[in-house]
Parts: sequence; C-alpha cells; structure tokens
Amino acid sequence: MAVTPAVGTISAAAQDSSTMTDTLRISVNGTPHELTPDPRQSLLDVLRETLDLTGTKKGCNQGACGACTVLVDGKRVVSCLTLAAMHDGAEITTIEGLAKGGELHPLQTAFIEHDGLQCGFCTPGQIMSGVACIAEGHAGSPEEIRFWMSGNICRCGAYPGIVAAITDAAERA
Amino acid sequence: MQPDGTREAPAAAALASVGQSLPHDSAIRHVSGSAVYVDDIREPAGTLHVVPGWARDATRGRIVSLDLDPVRAHPGVVAVIGPADIPGKNDVSPALGDEPMFAEEEILFWGQPLFAVVATTREAARHAARKARIEVEDLPPLLTVEDALAADETVLPDYQFRKGSPETGLATASHLMEGSLRIGGQEHFYLEGQVSLAVPGEDGDMFVHTSSQHPSETQHIIARVLAVPDAAVTVEVRRMGGGFGGKESQANHWAAIAAIAARATGRPCKLRLDRDDDMIMTGKRHDFRVDWKLGHDAEGLLRVVDMRLFARCGYSADLSLGVVDRSMFHADSSYYYPDAMIHSRRLKTHTCSNTAFRGFGGPQGMLAAERMMDALAIRLGVDPLDLRKRNFYREGRDVTPYGMKVEEHATLHAIVDQLEESSDYRRRRQEIASFNASSPILKKGLALTPVKFGISFTLKHLNQAGALVHLYTDGSIHLNHGGTEMGQGLFQKVAQIVAEEFGVTLDKVKITATHTGKVPNTGPTAASSGTDLNGMAAKIAAETIRNRLVAFAAERYQVPPDAISFADNSVQLGERSMTLGELAREAHLARIQLSAAGFYATPNITWDRPSASGRPFFYFAYGAACSEVTVDTMTGEMRVDRVDILHDVGRSLNPAIDIGQIEGGFVQGMGWLTTEELVWDDRGRLRTHAPSTYKIPTASDVPEDFRVTLYASAGNPSPTVYRSKAVGEPPVMLAISVFSAIYDALASLNPGTIPDLDAPATPEAILHAVLSMKRSRAG
Repeated sequence: MAVTPAVGTISAAAQDSSTMTDTLRISVNGTPHELTPDPRQSLLDVLRETLDLTGTKKGCNQGACGACTVLVDGKRVVSCLTLAAMHDGAEITTIEGLAKGGELHPLQTAFIEHDGLQCGFCTPGQIMSGVACIAEGHAGSPEEIRFWMSGNICRCGAYPGIVAAITDAAERA
Repeated sequence: MQPDGTREAPAAAALASVGQSLPHDSAIRHVSGSAVYVDDIREPAGTLHVVPGWARDATRGRIVSLDLDPVRAHPGVVAVIGPADIPGKNDVSPALGDEPMFAEEEILFWGQPLFAVVATTREAARHAARKARIEVEDLPPLLTVEDALAADETVLPDYQFRKGSPETGLATASHLMEGSLRIGGQEHFYLEGQVSLAVPGEDGDMFVHTSSQHPSETQHIIARVLAVPDAAVTVEVRRMGGGFGGKESQANHWAAIAAIAARATGRPCKLRLDRDDDMIMTGKRHDFRVDWKLGHDAEGLLRVVDMRLFARCGYSADLSLGVVDRSMFHADSSYYYPDAMIHSRRLKTHTCSNTAFRGFGGPQGMLAAERMMDALAIRLGVDPLDLRKRNFYREGRDVTPYGMKVEEHATLHAIVDQLEESSDYRRRRQEIASFNASSPILKKGLALTPVKFGISFTLKHLNQAGALVHLYTDGSIHLNHGGTEMGQGLFQKVAQIVAEEFGVTLDKVKITATHTGKVPNTGPTAASSGTDLNGMAAKIAAETIRNRLVAFAAERYQVPPDAISFADNSVQLGERSMTLGELAREAHLARIQLSAAGFYATPNITWDRPSASGRPFFYFAYGAACSEVTVDTMTGEMRVDRVDILHDVGRSLNPAIDIGQIEGGFVQGMGWLTTEELVWDDRGRLRTHAPSTYKIPTASDVPEDFRVTLYASAGNPSPTVYRSKAVGEPPVMLAISVFSAIYDALASLNPGTIPDLDAPATPEAILHAVLSMKRSRAG
C-alpha cells in the first residue's frame, strides 16, 4: 500500500552534457567550491570525503534508505544515487547548513522536542527530507506526512516522533 | 489537524533528574549532523581501506585453490591478507572456536570471507576483491530445518525443560490438539553498517574504534587473532547507528580483520562493510519451526503442553545456546502449563550464523504460545482473550516450565484488564463481528496479547557491570561505564542517575565513550539490561565519591552528615551553601580521592543450566497490546488500523525514552511478523540482501491510530535502580497482537477452521491462508 515519493529531478543544466567539464562548481551550504571529482564519484562521497561534511550519512548506498538525503536546488535527492559531476552550478544544502546564525532550524528543534530520533543515524536524512516535505506542501496531515516521508527508513522505529515533529514544524512554518 | 496517536506517562517522581523526560544525550548533535560515528572520524594520514573477499559461486565446498595474484596486482592494493597472515588463532567466534576469520579448507556458507584486500581506497579494494581466482569443489549444503533434521546435524546439543509428567498429561487430558508454525528470521538493518577503524600503536598496541555492543569481547578477539595480551588492545565505542543485537557478536569479525590489516601494514585501516556484503555475511534472527501439542479440558484450561523448537542456527554456534534457551524460557508466554515438555534443537545449516536480535529468541517462543491460544480459541469458539485470561499465571498456578515462580502475576492481570477497558475491546469485538458479517472482501481482526519477559542474562556471569566516575575540582563530572549507546538512551539515563546523586544539572555530567581501558571485562549491552546494570554501577560509584565528600565536610564544617545535601547545583552544609566545585576543591586540598569505580552484580539469580533448575530472572517486565487490522481477502494486503499499548517500565527513569523504546520495539516487531521476509534460494544464496528486496517498516506502515501508555506502576518490586524496569526488548513482542489480529481476521472466513498462516504474514502468506480457508469452506 506504500508508494515511494518522487525525489527531486536533476537540474536542467546537469542534463545537458555539454556543460559537464572537469571542474565542478557547486555551492554547499552557501559556500562556493571548485572541485575536480572523479566523474564516477557520488554526490554523497564528495560531500563526506572531499568536503568533510560527514553529517550526511551512508546507510545503504543504493538509494533505498534515505539516510543520505540532501537538498539540491531546494529539492530532496538521495545523494548516494547521483553523481557529483551532474550538479555543476547547483546549490546543495546539507544538515550542517540548516541552522542559521547558531539558531537551529525549526524542524531540528521539533525533532528534539518530539523525540523524533533514537540512534540518530537516519536523523540528518529525515530532517532534510522533512524540510522538503513541508516545502513541497506535503505536510498537511500526519497521514500525508507518513506517505511522503516513506522513503526514509528509521530502523529504531521513531516514526511517531518524526511525524509529530514534521506536523508541528509545518504548522509553525 | 488530528493528533497522530497519543503518548501518556504518569507524572514524574519528586526527583530532579531521574524520572524526567529529557531528550537523548546526543539529540542536538543528531539533528545538527555533528554526532560522530566511526565512519565520520577524520581518517589519520595514510589510512588504508579493507574489503573482505569471498567466493560468489560457492555455498558449501572444499577450497581446491585460491589464487590471489590478480588481487595483489590490482592498482592501489597494498596488501592481501589470508589465513597465513594471522599471527594468532584463525578464530573470531565468541567462545567455541567454530568461526574462522578466513575459511581455510571448507566454505560453510554463501558469503564466508576467504581473504581481505587492503588498498589505498575503498573502491580499489572492492574491485580487487573480485579478482581472486577461486576453485571450489561443491558439497551439498544443508539449508532448511528439514535438511538439518534429516542429516541430524546440530551446532550444540539438544536441551529441554520437563515439568511434572507430560506423558501422563498427554495420556489423560480429555482433549488434545496439535499444530506447527514456521517463524521467519529478521535482518537487523542497523542503519549504520558494520564498521571499524584500527590504529596501530607502539609495542604491538592496537586502538580500535568500532560499532560494537560488546567492546570487551571485540578486544579479546582482536588480542586472540593478533596473539597479543588483552592489555595491548583498546576498543572504544562512542555510539552505534543502531545495534538491535546485530553488533553483539557480529561486530567482532570486522574489527579483527581491520586490526590484522593494521598490524600487517603498520598503517591505520578502516573496514566498512558494503550494505549487500553486510546483509549476506552477518547473522540474523533465528528462524524456527515449532511443533506443538497440548491437552486441555472442556473449558480450555491447559492440562499439558509439549513444544518442540527447531531453530535454524546456521553454520556455527555463535550465541545460539542462549538464544534458543530464551525461546524455551518464553514458550509459556504468560500461561500456566501444569505439565510441560519444552524441547529444543539447535540445527546446523550452511547459511550465515544466526545471532542475537532484540528479544534474543524470546519472541519466537512467545509467538508459538500465542498461536496455541489462538488456535485453541478458534477450536472452542471462544474469545481468544477469555481463553488467555483463563490460562494466565495466578496464585497457586504460578510455576513456570523451568521451575521459577511467577510472583508478580497481579501486574499482568492489572495491565490486561486496564487495556481491555481502555481499548474498548468488548465493544470493538462486537463491531468487528458486524463489520465482517456485512463486508465480503475486507475482513477485520482484533487481538489483545500479553507480554511477560524475563530480565537478566540467563548466562549468569554476564549479570555484572562496572562504572568509573571522576569529579573534577571545577565541579564537572566525567562519567564512564561498560554499557554502549545504540540509540536506546542508556547514556542519558545513566547520566540522569549520576546527576541525581550529586544534585547537579545534566550539563555538569560529561558522558564519555565506552572504553575497554576505563572499565574492563564488561558484558555486552544486551538482554535489555544496560540501564539495570550500568545505572546501578554508576550510582554506586557516585555514592562512593559523595560519601567521601560528606565525611570530609561534616568534619571540616562541624555539621552532622544528615544536614549535608546535594541539590540544585549546590551543596547545603547546615546553614552554609557552596557549589560542588568549591567543595571538590577543598576536598582535593585535603587529599580526598575524587574518583571512584562502581561495581554491580545482579542479586537473586541462581539458574543452573545443567540441572535446569534455579531462578534465571531477577524479575519480569510486563505489557499488553491490542491491535486491529483489516485484511483484503482479494489481494492479501493488510493494514494495521489501531494499536493500544499499556506497558510496564516500573518507575520510569525517563518516560520519553521509554515510550520511544515501546513504539520503536513494536514497529520493529511488526516488521518481523508482517513485511520482513528473508529468502534463500535453493542454492543457499540469500536473495534479499538489500533494502530494495527486504521490506522494513516505513512511516507509512505505522498504525494510523497508535496509543502508547506507561502503566502506572508503584515501582519494580525487585530492588532495581530507582525501581525501574528494563525496556529494550519486551516491546518487540507487543507486535504479536498484530499477527494474532490477522489470524482473527482469517478465522472469520470460516468459523471453527484453523487458518494456516506462518510468520511473516506477508500479503502472499495471507492470500495463501485466505485461499485455503475458502477451500476448506467449499470442501
């Protein structure tokens, strides 16, 4: 009865192969980077291993668990399933970029208040996915949230807290 | 917007830290992405990456030749390690010596490592690992319970409990009934896979960061394979991204390979298993066949139970002794068996070695008992809840098949009675009957099932724990103990206990990583006992320091000891008040020791396995769940409509964490019994080795209406830490109510006929059961 929600599509520029060069210009959490990744490197590996942004987690490395979810130009993407080289010119937001000026994002606060976490390994992906879920307008009811968050596995089963946190943050947004 | 279920807890006790719903200790780091897991540790310069190599075409067979030259020739490869490169024993088993690090002569399951590649990048190591030329002479594998029974192959001797005279019981019971149930296993799917980083030091030392529930055992096994003293190896675990039993023994192998690689190359070595390799190579929850026979009277009161538990253990013993014992200990669920035979066989198959998984065999034994209740209720045409209550332990009918007396049966009765009332069971039973009468395709089912779970390791010596507490002269406190944090909130609960002892707020207590150099010879964080054991050890350590401070201050300030109190971040000495830091500084100048080790051993457990007698458990944790489901008889699809839970955690140390454990345990148990199906093909290859083929519950699978309440307990009658009760595993078994509710829905198709449903109740299994119910009706 569950359907996997659509994840963000890659940017138009990335689909045009003529724009692919050896140099990758991306902005991550507002900081511009000029990189020369191995063309086979996933966005996840570039974030974790080149940029040392280890908040984004590698759970299954095959796009099925959601732990590596980040925002690419505002849309949620499982970063293990997309090549970094496809995102020239993109703006990437990771869990490290969510807080502003030392203030947690309202969804981060809500995850703490509603105990939407246990081991914490899925949490960055859940929160990035939740931010997008709210922005997409898919957080109108707990039922809708459950459906549109079903691409992010929490093996600890903290779903009641996760859904409550997103419900709460959506109401405050 | 409608509330998404409810969570209710009794009002907090009159304590400052203990009993408060404080968030997980790492909550702010988890939501910020700054919590460091092993794979997030900044790699030391020159770190190499390790990948195990295996024979992708072999399940069981003799190794004829292994040519690793092509692996060595691959660019980036620094070393290739095989059995000959192990300085010590080629054995990573917990105890019995039956698990080689690398198979030497015979491959015993599909996925067994034969060697490991060490390379400058993980990618290079992965590609190289596939280049080995391996020749294997295939041997016929044993794959199923039936294969192993036919071959009479076991990993450990059979074991049984006998109570009274089961033979007489079966011969004289007025009514007999029998059946058989297959119970599937379960993949842990800890979101953080197995991972270790080994850093070699001077003089043969090895420091290993790993994700293990049992750092002491990891340490001992690394020492064994390196042929160094235990003291040369230090293992540290700050946190795990989930464990669930899958890192109790299963983390050792990978830590040991990383350490061997670090020794061989002299460089830091990291091994992080690829997810498919992780699922293929590591053990899972045991799958079972359970054959049962019971005798009962006309009212459904049990006279005798004969249960045969056949566990598929895989190629080695691992923890199967204790796991299957615990199945036997829970083969009674909450019911009194006047005479009983509980027999078990630990079958050897050529599959991964099954291991600990939250509940540790208990869920399988309990599921079989609940199946007996459901089947008997259908046969007698009575409400299953009435039959359950009739057979509950009670005064005079309170001795288990293993001879321990159930003392707290009043709690069991109170929980079930309260839940029956609060879930509106009787009215909904009527409504569901009318719904089913008028709904030809969709059928509803309802079940209320109990949980009684024994708390203590049944291997007695594991019931001990140590802690180390330092008070510094600025008043800050360093807290360390032998328990590991895997998301269950152990670190936070123990910190709350220590904060309570010193009367300080949690920010004064520094939680530190589990470290074999600080607290040695620990047991695993398992058996739900983490807080019971480590919380008590830390409390004892904190009390020791506090008592020294009290004795010192009483003399220095000439106040009676009972006029000294620790609260609100200050110490009250009669009329005088000072901070804990001020007192610590004065005590330090007076040469008072401000550090203490605490040690705790669980009292009142006397189990003797050889004679199957004594008391295995300190106490029982209780709970009950009422689940309502809808089954689509055209497709086999199933939806859980509503779940009500009432669960006993004694006096809660942290209601928010406890409720999280109950919700999460239930969801995980529901996955085990509904969607999570492990499939091995006829060549013994696991076909479900990725989340794409193995269905773990997601947010959309959680019951729409989910009501969790903590039982208003007067406190654990047994003297546990602050009279709390263990909470890690018991909630998994609350999910049996879902399985029973599905059974109830199926039974409505043809009243009086026993449905044929094994676990997990996937849509396929449900559809199969629906069709057989319809056939029996037609016949």
